[in-house]
Amino acid sequence: MGYQMDFSVVFDHFPQLLWGCLGTLGLSFAGMILALVIGVLGVMARGSQIGWLRRLVIAFIEIIRNTPFLVQIFFLYFALPQLGLKLNPTVTAIIALGVNGGAYAIEIIRGGVQSIHRGQVEAGFALGLHKTQVFRLIVLKPALRAIYPSLTGQFIMLTLTSSICTSVAAYELTSVAQRIESDTFRSFEVYFTVTLLYLAISWMLMTAFAAISRQYFSYPTR
Amino acid sequence: MNVVFGFKEFAFLLTGLKWTVLLSLIAFAGGGIMGLLVAVARTAQSAALRRAMILYIAVFQGTPLLMQLFVVYYGLGLVGIQLPAWAAVAIAFTLNASAFLGEIWRGAIQALPRGQTEAATALGLPLVSRLRDVILPQALRIAQPAAVGYAVQLIKGTSLAAIVGFIELARAGQIVSSQTFAPILVFGVVGAIYFSLCWPLSLYSARLEAKFAAAG
Repeated sequence: MGYQMDFSVVFDHFPQLLWGCLGTLGLSFAGMILALVIGVLGVMARGSQIGWLRRLVIAFIEIIRNTPFLVQIFFLYFALPQLGLKLNPTVTAIIALGVNGGAYAIEIIRGGVQSIHRGQVEAGFALGLHKTQVFRLIVLKPALRAIYPSLTGQFIMLTLTSSICTSVAAYELTSVAQRIESDTFRSFEVYFTVTLLYLAISWMLMTAFAAISRQYFSYPTR
Repeated sequence: MNVVFGFKEFAFLLTGLKWTVLLSLIAFAGGGIMGLLVAVARTAQSAALRRAMILYIAVFQGTPLLMQLFVVYYGLGLVGIQLPAWAAVAIAFTLNASAFLGEIWRGAIQALPRGQTEAATALGLPLVSRLRDVILPQALRIAQPAAVGYAVQLIKGTSLAAIVGFIELARAGQIVSSQTFAPILVFGVVGAIYFSLCWPLSLYSARLEAKFAAAG
């Protein structure tokens, strides 16, 4: 006699799973914002006049992009307390997601900034705009429009990556699933359902990002 | 008992590295071949087949790799297939790679001018020969930068096998870390090993891309 599927454990624990989804969304949004901040600061540092700062940013990008997230989060999990930062696992996970996503965001945003024609920046200065105004109005917004698809794609990847944060016991969907699994031993039923929940989350995000794009970036360029 | 991170511990990391490399090679080769089938089915005449493949790809690209690993790992046991752990995780990574490499192959095949297929058909070449002698050699060349880039993702992805307890490089790092109580040193070394594996591939991928961009 084979194994009897029993999805009732999933229904019994459905509220917990939904809270887990919210945990994943919260973790991911916080990670996205941190990634954006690191991305913008990184682009400025990457284009600075100071040689060692530029090289530092390049080294940061290469190291993050060529090592696994799992190793990064373990490293941060043990290294942050050494720096005197005693943080709970969820905050550690947000930092890890932000640092990881930030490295990718720097390269994406830099591509967008480079797509802005030099003459536009000069025109901005000629109009008497301040340096920060030129950056915000003439560089950042059109650049954001250009990079929006790859940036939001990266954000969805970040959301999927957040499942790895279970390894430091952050509060999110995968760690909730692992707890239910260890209580009920219904591994397949639980993980199958959670996979579908993740699929729903990435679908929702894709739809939301597309709606935002229509709202803010659908102005004519010529 | 306090162990110092020495030669024996480093050697243990290297046995983990062996499995990381093996898993990556199996998944890349298996996923590459399966990916060809995915790409062909994705562009087939039959709408049902095309839609099934779109769903297949959407599931693998829209869910976490870790979940795919869990579902395959525990699912195989349920359908009565008893496999060693390395084979179960290798299957999961292969399936994931087939979806990603399948999309890369498809992009490359569709980037070829239609005239290539038409000329091959006009010459009376059968389908297999058309693919093997005309389409694939050119498409694989176009796909190179993206495929090498995906190889980096794959190598990093195999670290997730550590979470189901399979001893590859990341899991070996966890074990050594808890023996030596020197997590920062150990994960630093583990990260450096992954880096020395992935960085050359990333540079190679970027160089190929620049070369093709220049060639037009």
